[in-house]
Amino acid sequence: MAELELGPLWLSLRLAAITALVLLAIATPLAWWLAFTRSRVRAAVEAIVAMPLVLPPTVLGPAGALGSAWVELTDSTLTFSFAGLVIASVIYSFPFAVQPLQASFEAVGRAPLEAAATLGARPLDAFLSVASPLALRGYLSAVVLAFAHTLGEFGVVLMVGGNIPGRTKVISIAIYEHVETLAYTQAHILAAGLLVFSFVVLFSVYTLNRRMPLVRT
Amino acid sequence: MSTLSLQVALERPGFTLDASVDLPLAGITALFGPSGSGKTTLLRIIAGLERGARGRVSFDGETWQGNGAYVPTHRRRVGYVFQDGRLFPHLSVEQNLRFGLERANTKTSIGLAATVAALDLGELLARRPPSLSGGEQQRVAIARALLASPRLLLMDEPLSSLDRARKREIVPHIEALPERFGVPVLYVTHNVDEVVRLANRVVLLAAGRVAAQGSVAEVFERLDLAPLADGLEAGAVVRGSVVTYDGGIATLRVGRQLLRVPMGATPLGTVHSIRILAREVAVATLRPQQLSIRNVLDARILRIEPGTGLNVELLLDVDGERLRSRITRDACDELELTEGSQVFALIKSVALESSLSP
Repeated sequence: MAELELGPLWLSLRLAAITALVLLAIATPLAWWLAFTRSRVRAAVEAIVAMPLVLPPTVLGPAGALGSAWVELTDSTLTFSFAGLVIASVIYSFPFAVQPLQASFEAVGRAPLEAAATLGARPLDAFLSVASPLALRGYLSAVVLAFAHTLGEFGVVLMVGGNIPGRTKVISIAIYEHVETLAYTQAHILAAGLLVFSFVVLFSVYTLNRRMPLVRT
Repeated sequence: MSTLSLQVALERPGFTLDASVDLPLAGITALFGPSGSGKTTLLRIIAGLERGARGRVSFDGETWQGNGAYVPTHRRRVGYVFQDGRLFPHLSVEQNLRFGLERANTKTSIGLAATVAALDLGELLARRPPSLSGGEQQRVAIARALLASPRLLLMDEPLSSLDRARKREIVPHIEALPERFGVPVLYVTHNVDEVVRLANRVVLLAAGRVAAQGSVAEVFERLDLAPLADGLEAGAVVRGSVVTYDGGIATLRVGRQLLRVPMGATPLGTVHSIRILAREVAVATLRPQQLSIRNVLDARILRIEPGTGLNVELLLDVDGERLRSRITRDACDELELTEGSQVFALIKSVALESSLSP
C-alpha cells in the first residue's frame, strides 16, 4: 500500500477547530443582536450573513478588500497562508454558526431574561446564567456545523490557500491532488476517512439534538 | 408606608395607556380592570420592562424613570411574579430560589429556610420546574421573587391559569405576604372575588386610564363604575369577623349584627370581606316571619338613587358598614321608602358564596 501522509488531515482538523472557535466568538454577539433587535437594518444584516450560502467561492478572490487590508497591516499576503485560510473559512462558514444560534436565542425569548432581571441579574449575568444554558443546543449546532463545513470546504481553500504542504494543503486538496496524479488508493482511503468522520460527527449531533430540545423545558 | 408615584404613557397600535396615580402602598393593592385595560402593561412599566414608556415613575422618593433617568430593572429591586411563573427550566427548584437570593445585595432578606417553610416548598426543592403542577410553580415563583428581597412585590394574575382547587390552595399564602414578609404587594387581576378576598385597596383601570382608586369598600359601592368592568355591578363589600362556625356556615359579626355566610372551615376571629350584590338584597319595612332567607339585618336608607330602567338603587347603612339594594321603583313607592327610613335588609346566604372563600 502506498504511503499515506496524515499531514493534510491534521491541518484540516486544526483549521476546522480554529475556525469554529473564532466563529463562536464572533457569531454569538451577532446572533444575540439579530434575535432581539428591533432595528430596521436587521433584514439587511441577515441577508449579508447568509450570502456565503449562495455565493461561489471564486467571489472570495485574493484581491478582495480584506486581502489588501491584510497586506497593508501585516506586510504578508493572505493568499497561500494558514491565517488566510482561517479568515476565508470563517467568512464562508459564517451562516452555519449564526443561524442556529439566532434560532435558539429566539426560541429562548425575552421572558426568562426579564425574570432574571427582576431577580437582580445584570444583562451579562442573565445571558450567561439563563440564556446560554437554555440555548445550549444552539451553541452545539453552531460549533459542529462550522467545524464540519470547514472540514469539507474545497473551493475556498483552492482559491485562497493553494496547495502548500504543512500550510495550506488540507485534506480535500490532498484528495484532489491524489486523484489528479492517479493515486486512487490514497484518494479512496482519505475520502473514506472523511466520509466516516463526517457521518460520526453529524450522527452524534442529531442524536444529541433528540435528547436535548432546542430550548430546554 | 411606601408611595408609588406614576405618570406614564405608552402608545401601542390600537391601545394607549395614559395613567397618573399616587399610590400609598401597604398590604395588598389590587390593580383591577377588564382584559386589555392596560394592567399588565402598567405593571411592566413599574418593573422597568417597557423601555418605550414615557413619563415618570418614582418609588419612596427615588426616581426610577423621568428627567432623563432610567433605573434598569435589575437595580429597582421589585419582585415580579409572572402570570406563567417563568421558572428557569434548566435549574432545580432550589437553584431557582437561590437565583434571586444570591443576587440580593441586602442582608435583610428572610432566609431560604423560612421562605420555604412559609410557602410549603420543602418537598419540592430537588424537583425540576417542568415536573411541578401549576399551583406548585406559582408558589415557587412567589418564593423566588421574595428571596430577592424586593421593596415592592408585583404580581400579574398569579391565579389566572389555575383551577379552583389550586386557587384556594394559594390564596392564603398570598394573603399572608405583606405581614409575613413586610413587603407591599401590587396585584393585577380582572377577578372581583380576588380583589375582595385579597386586597385592602384597589385601583380601577379602564381603557388605559385610572378610573378610580380607594379602599375596596369605597370603590365597589360606587354605581358609576359598573359599566367599566365585568363584575363591577352594583353592590357593596362588608367586613366581619367570624364568631361561630358550624356545618359549612360561618357567622360573621357585622357591626352589632350577624351575617351568615357559607364557606369552608375558618378559624374564629378571622376577618372576612364579603361582597354583596345589590340585586341579591331585598328590603322590608316590617321584620318578616317564617322566611327561608337567613340574613335579616337592621338597616337605614342613606340614599335612594335612580338605577337603570325601572329600578332604583338604595344605599343602606348597617351599623357603619354600607350595603346596596336594587329594587323596582314601584316597590320603593309602595313601601313609601325615603332617605332615613329604617328597613330590614334581606340577603340569601347562598348568594354570598365566593369562588375564593376558604
